[in-house]
Amino acid sequence: MSSDVAIVLFGNPATDRAASGLVGAGQQLAQQLGGSLHAIAVDAQTYQPESALTSIETICREMAPRAILLSNDTYSQEITPRLAHRLGGSAAGDAVAITPELRVTRQVYGGKAQAVIQLKRTPAVVWLRSRTFAPSILPLPAPRGEGARSEGEGPRIVERSSEAQGQARLEDARVIVAGGRGIGGPEGFASELQPLALLLGAQLAASRAACDAGWVPPALQVGQTGKKVAPDLYLAIGITGASQHMAGVSEAKQIAAINIDRDAPIFKHCRFGIVEDYRKVVPLLREKLSAMQR
Amino acid sequence: MNILVCMKQILDPEIPARDFRIDAARKEAERGSADLVANIFCENALETALQFRERSGGGRITVLSYGAASAEDMLRKALAMKADAAALVLNESDAQADPLAVAQILAAAARKLGDFDLILTGRESGDWGAGQTGGLLAEELQRPCVSFVDTVDVTGDKLRLRRQTDSGYEIVEAKPPIVLTITNAEHNVPRIPKVRDVMTAHRQPLTTFTLADLGVTVDPHAYYDVVELAVPRTETQCELVPGDTLDQKVDALARRLVEVTSAL
Repeated sequence: MSSDVAIVLFGNPATDRAASGLVGAGQQLAQQLGGSLHAIAVDAQTYQPESALTSIETICREMAPRAILLSNDTYSQEITPRLAHRLGGSAAGDAVAITPELRVTRQVYGGKAQAVIQLKRTPAVVWLRSRTFAPSILPLPAPRGEGARSEGEGPRIVERSSEAQGQARLEDARVIVAGGRGIGGPEGFASELQPLALLLGAQLAASRAACDAGWVPPALQVGQTGKKVAPDLYLAIGITGASQHMAGVSEAKQIAAINIDRDAPIFKHCRFGIVEDYRKVVPLLREKLSAMQR
Repeated sequence: MNILVCMKQILDPEIPARDFRIDAARKEAERGSADLVANIFCENALETALQFRERSGGGRITVLSYGAASAEDMLRKALAMKADAAALVLNESDAQADPLAVAQILAAAARKLGDFDLILTGRESGDWGAGQTGGLLAEELQRPCVSFVDTVDVTGDKLRLRRQTDSGYEIVEAKPPIVLTITNAEHNVPRIPKVRDVMTAHRQPLTTFTLADLGVTVDPHAYYDVVELAVPRTETQCELVPGDTLDQKVDALARRLVEVTSAL
């Protein structure tokens, strides 16, 4: 076993912030371990679970890295434990930190607690929470590609939806405007929050309550059972801030809130806020933001 | 189709943060007054299996858990929801097993219980949330695996799966035997069992195994160990934007937002 680190890239580090953070995390860990960094590139457009896993496994056997880092996309999450099993290593997911001793920090109990987990076998195979690691500073070594392989009898992805294609992932967003039960219906999201998000260069998100009510698509859900995000600014509107929701935003650098209830738990998590009905605040806020941008 | 649904009983994740305490020595949450409940994704998995059985017009569903004796309640509820059989591998030790140990135990129990075409697990648990059981179980049993599935259908001799991805969804065609991890969707919200079925479920047989019965010895911490567990102090001082009128306050808020976002 070497002291090297391998990263598995499903995205392009030049254009994709999560991939860039992954490269940064890989560089840091390789430096701490005194080894080199290798990259394995997998084409997400043609990904098939079994063949991708086998290809990555083959490359990793040859490279024999001490740690293999992945991002938090669907495919990375899918292959992480299986890759660890095949290589005789140990896996962990949703890491917000990893040390050269292969100790991983991650949230547990729906964000109510934080655990440090000692991985006991090598390689450590770990997928990282997006945007919690500094982006890469050094150029990436030329990646090894996934070779074409026949699928055999294995499962085969036959259709990939384009519901949210072209739209940046919530996990990679720098600014997020999120609405909760307090928004009251789909109109509030469409006519108030969406235009506000546009003005702030933000992505729109929602709490589970708003998604369950069908006001916005489930892909926008942030929280314990939704996306785990780490924006620089998270503006929570009409969101009470239950721990299940906060589990998805604990890595946000700053949280701001608009809420009618001064006692809402969200005010214990945010840096600044306003206690008012969003229906009064947001139209005025949009007006002022537009004026300031002019 | 012979279907196995693996389920986990956990501390109710809905308990408010103020009632949440850590047992520092055992490195797990204190039970306190919280209920023990089925992990939601495991119930989504059972619901997905039940709907698949209804649509495909047949099949047998076995529910399996590794856990304390209290997990019997969860399995009886699964029987009331109309699973056909239930089995519990009793965790007689005090120790939490790591994900590999759990997968090895479930694999041994699955082999003992029969030949399954379809094995379903939840996407992750609401307590430790490792999200590894399904993938590791697939490897233990040397089966393929598809993750984040929310619908299972059959067309001809193939399964037609819908799974959630970052950008929406994918349709996957697969042949059994296979392991699937199930995520939540509007259409797999677990059903409420009928009162009569709850009563019946209490009289139904429930197979209990010990690890010795299964002939497995596992090291519960060969894969990983929890070395620290703490409740982070997350409370921050919220600064309410200043102003006497709504207009002044919103003005201050706008300035603050512009300041923060343009500094990014």
